[in-house]
Amino acid sequence: MGMIIQGATGDWEVVIGLEIHAQVTSKSKLFSGASAAYGAEPNSQVSFVDAAMPGMLPVINEMAVEQAVRTGLGLNAKINKFSVFDRKNYFYADLPQGYQISQFLQPIVGEGKILIDLKDGETREIGITRLHLEQDAGKSLHDQHPSQTFVDLNRSGVPLMEIVSEPDMRSPEEAAAYVKKIRSIVRYLGTCDGNMDEGSMRADVNVSVRKPGDEFGTRCEMKNINSVRFMQQAIIYEANRQVDIIEAGGTVDQETRLYDPDKGETRSMRSKEEAHDYRYFPDPDLLPLEFDGAFIERIRETLPELPDDKKARFISELSLSAYDAGVLVTEKEVADYFEAVAEGRDAKLAANWVIGELFGNLNRTGKDLSDSPVEAKALGELIDLIKDGTISNRIAKEVFEEMFDTGKAAADIVEEKGLKQVSDTGAIEAAIDEVIAANPDKLAEYRGGKDKLFGFFMGQVMKATQGKANPGVVTEILRPKLDG
Amino acid sequence: MSLDKATVAKVANLARIKIEEKDLEPMAAELNNILGWVEQLGEVNTDNVEPMTSVAEMSLRWRADEVTDGGYAEDVVANAPSSEDGYFAVPKVIE
Repeated sequence: MGMIIQGATGDWEVVIGLEIHAQVTSKSKLFSGASAAYGAEPNSQVSFVDAAMPGMLPVINEMAVEQAVRTGLGLNAKINKFSVFDRKNYFYADLPQGYQISQFLQPIVGEGKILIDLKDGETREIGITRLHLEQDAGKSLHDQHPSQTFVDLNRSGVPLMEIVSEPDMRSPEEAAAYVKKIRSIVRYLGTCDGNMDEGSMRADVNVSVRKPGDEFGTRCEMKNINSVRFMQQAIIYEANRQVDIIEAGGTVDQETRLYDPDKGETRSMRSKEEAHDYRYFPDPDLLPLEFDGAFIERIRETLPELPDDKKARFISELSLSAYDAGVLVTEKEVADYFEAVAEGRDAKLAANWVIGELFGNLNRTGKDLSDSPVEAKALGELIDLIKDGTISNRIAKEVFEEMFDTGKAAADIVEEKGLKQVSDTGAIEAAIDEVIAANPDKLAEYRGGKDKLFGFFMGQVMKATQGKANPGVVTEILRPKLDG
Repeated sequence: MSLDKATVAKVANLARIKIEEKDLEPMAAELNNILGWVEQLGEVNTDNVEPMTSVAEMSLRWRADEVTDGGYAEDVVANAPSSEDGYFAVPKVIE
């Protein structure tokens, strides 16, 4: 569903396109042998190429090329065997070359498409315009000194993939789903770690508004947004701002705006507009980037099963709901974990345990799956104990919490705490008789037609047996006794 | 193609080159001379001629993804007019 803004003159539709900058997973930089790792001492990962010392020449990193092609294949996109590096010229303190080496007219990857996952398992196709390789700039720190800006060039020259979407999104939710899907795909592919906190993924968001069915309106661009939540807030604010301007008789200026998460508003960065005359031209230091079909096929052969295929398989082969399948495939690690639990077991039950209890406990303790105290094998063993009737589902939840807190095996906890389910009819019958004897008034009400009280008796029996009675056996014996 | 004074001033500003007002007109004339000279190439018929990307018959050299460089922050900032704690220090550029 698209987002509709109800203005004074009628409904407005929001049109969103995104440019995602994703840092290529590689050891070294795009055009130099300096390390591309995050968080080192200032300027310690800078070669003279990255510092733009006179006479230094760029040499392309084969891994960056491979990763761009791999990502292009994951985006179902056309791979261009011939592409060209251009200089994008602008002047800024953290750009020592005075230009960024990027790709303009002939990018390495052309048009593609991905499916985004919306609420209720619904999907929508979003077009990819292109993907190109480019250098990152350095980092400016403005708050370290009263009158100076400090510049660290460690990021200068780090390889980025810029992934440009078609203006196909119509709501902040769709934009969020798009970012999540791109993140999921590059993480499956191993081409970008998708870490938005460390800036390895960030987005420029283009927003415009129009009356449904009209031509696209004038767009504004909000740069360098590094959180999905901020992006959604920025879109809502910006779309409403544009509607207000147009309805007041004004026109929207095409410009770059900055989103300020503290104030929850966007503001003009008009002073940067002049710099947008980038004067692109082919970089004379670099010949065109060329490779053959065999190079692409070698990469295609190494592609993993991607989230959409995995989701389809979970639905068709494991009979999961679209929602559960969607949740489980977002992160490859989660999907792998789930598959290890589900192997040879009831997949639906496995999905419930992973999504419900495991995720619940991970959230509760603020842990990631990678540091989960309960391994897939251990969760599988717990599910086996439910399936063979050793413990009830309710007791299993208690056991799981204990497993999560202590890292002990399910069978050991059940043994130590004497949690084995009681299926012994004699013991259960005795407990039932006691409960019935203790509640003569409730029994009379039940027999008078208040069927719902069956649940009360069931609960009392479970309580009397510390939850260990096999619920199936209890039902079997309890009902005839109540009915008299 | 012909450059006027205003375009020259704009290009100079983008390139951070300072040109005095009195020099703009002569600079425009000089640049127009150069452009006119290059534009003569437009007279050559280049139908069915592949764009030439290099004067030498060679292709782009690729390198393996290995860390082979860096680790000399003090050399990197050695020529900087001002540096502090390994950073380049420049006049404040925040907007």
